[in-house]
Amino acid sequence: MKALNYSPEHLTSNRRLFWIAAFLGLIMMAPVAWIIGLSLKDNAELLKGTEAVFSFPYTLENYANILKSSSVFGWFMNSVIVAVGQTFGVLLLSSLAGYAFARLEFPFRKTLFIIVLFGLAVPEQAVIIARHQMFNWFDLHNTHIGLILPNLSSAFGVFLMTQFFRAIPKEIDEAAMLDNTSTFRIFWKVLLPLTLPAQATLGIFTFLQAWNDYWWPLISATKSDMYTLTIGIASSQTNFAQSEGLGFLGAQAIFASLPVVLVYIFFQRHIVTAVSGGAVK
Amino acid sequence: MAESYRRSRWSNGLFVVPYLSVFLTLLVFPLGWGIWLSLNKVDLFGGERFIGLKNYARVLSDPIFGQAVKNTVIFVGVSVPTLVVLGLFLALALNKTTKGSSFLRGVFFASSILSVTIVTLIWRIVFIPNDGLMALIFEYFGWQPIGFLSTTGWSLFSVGVATVWWCIGLPMMLFLAALQQIPKDLYEAAALDNTSRWRVLTRITLPSIKSTIMLVAIIQVVMQFQLFGQAQLMTNGGPAGSSRPIVMYIYEIGFLRWDIGMGAAASQILFLIILCAAMLQYWVSTRKEETDA
Repeated sequence: MKALNYSPEHLTSNRRLFWIAAFLGLIMMAPVAWIIGLSLKDNAELLKGTEAVFSFPYTLENYANILKSSSVFGWFMNSVIVAVGQTFGVLLLSSLAGYAFARLEFPFRKTLFIIVLFGLAVPEQAVIIARHQMFNWFDLHNTHIGLILPNLSSAFGVFLMTQFFRAIPKEIDEAAMLDNTSTFRIFWKVLLPLTLPAQATLGIFTFLQAWNDYWWPLISATKSDMYTLTIGIASSQTNFAQSEGLGFLGAQAIFASLPVVLVYIFFQRHIVTAVSGGAVK
Repeated sequence: MAESYRRSRWSNGLFVVPYLSVFLTLLVFPLGWGIWLSLNKVDLFGGERFIGLKNYARVLSDPIFGQAVKNTVIFVGVSVPTLVVLGLFLALALNKTTKGSSFLRGVFFASSILSVTIVTLIWRIVFIPNDGLMALIFEYFGWQPIGFLSTTGWSLFSVGVATVWWCIGLPMMLFLAALQQIPKDLYEAAALDNTSRWRVLTRITLPSIKSTIMLVAIIQVVMQFQLFGQAQLMTNGGPAGSSRPIVMYIYEIGFLRWDIGMGAAASQILFLIILCAAMLQYWVSTRKEETDA
């Protein structure tokens, strides 16, 4: 007789389901494998027929061409500047505000917090036309600052950091207060170091969002030397397949996703917490 | 001293000033300004003339807008159930600690971190007529080739395939998190009674994660209503507008035709739709906390 197995895993899941999922996983990976295959082929050979993907020889020529093409490298740098700038901006603003909302008393604290929460419900579409006009007034289009600023207003970070500061035991800052430490020093020296895991979570999440942002850079960065990588790749899609060849396009896709894939591999746990935590909490 | 730390002070509010000023200038003001623009006829050089609700009337009577709404509703109506059912299935199948399951979870979530440009680039290369992966597969089986991105009946479907591929990770992860929270003793009782797996699923598992199923559905409705990049990059809304979603309509009116008043009006209509869904989400998630506690 088989031993009783009470584990929830055993009762909710079985081998057959797993194999169906594994099959779906193959379908999931097939397009990526296809692109990687194309990126490793000579473009002239692909023109005769893409079945060539399944046979030798392979080459790294397409990747070499990306590194030689100055525009792709420039787009890459723009993306780095914008994503890093936005990440630091969001972390700074959200930590300061999150600390005050969670730990300090000041007039209208609750009202302000509720107003900020309402900000969570405002989608980009509702503000993008007005923002575009405003940035016109101040000549901020086609600048890095212009690309960084809009997402700093996102209420998500403040919401998340407030939750994290609330979770720190109150005894910690109360002990610091007995030494007559200033409010700012308590924030900076005592509490902030304790939020490092939270900073990592929010930081990675913001970085990925900034890196992948599409609509705002599409309308704000109209000069090709100010494109972010996301927009640059989109712009080279319009003259699809004819000019540069499928292999080169495939290599661009792989190259452009390398940074986020690396971030994903190293910080998978944080990403999952940030993405699912925000929705479930 | 300790008491003074807890006391309400104006100076404590300084910590929220940096964020609030960004919040006011870049979110609250543009929101109000957008509503104002939607009530005006705006010309390119910044002149505005108040025309009341005429922009809204123009949007609502525009057949292209009607088509975009229809496309978006169909898209949401098909993609959201697909994402919920598939996400739930994957969560149930991969809710294990084995290496294989953890690898597959990684595979299904990985696509979510890619940008829309990469996702569409990948799928466009998959769907190219004659040379794409799909064309090769169809050829192998001897099926009639299909112009996935250039045929009226298929374009929106193809955009949907790329979208499900891109977005499946989040529903799966949310369902996995919910499955972990089901109390183990519920299952122990079921195991003692030798209950069948199907009954365990329908009597214990699904009822326990009911509120998460609702939550995932609403999050996806809000997200999929905002469909833009996939359609713009894969089909450019075509052929004949058959895959143009609402957001792409706003983009075209506001940033290609530069009819700012009308674009703003269309975006307020979309905002209203999304707001309703978001309110529903808030309502469900607060109710969830009550039932969980």
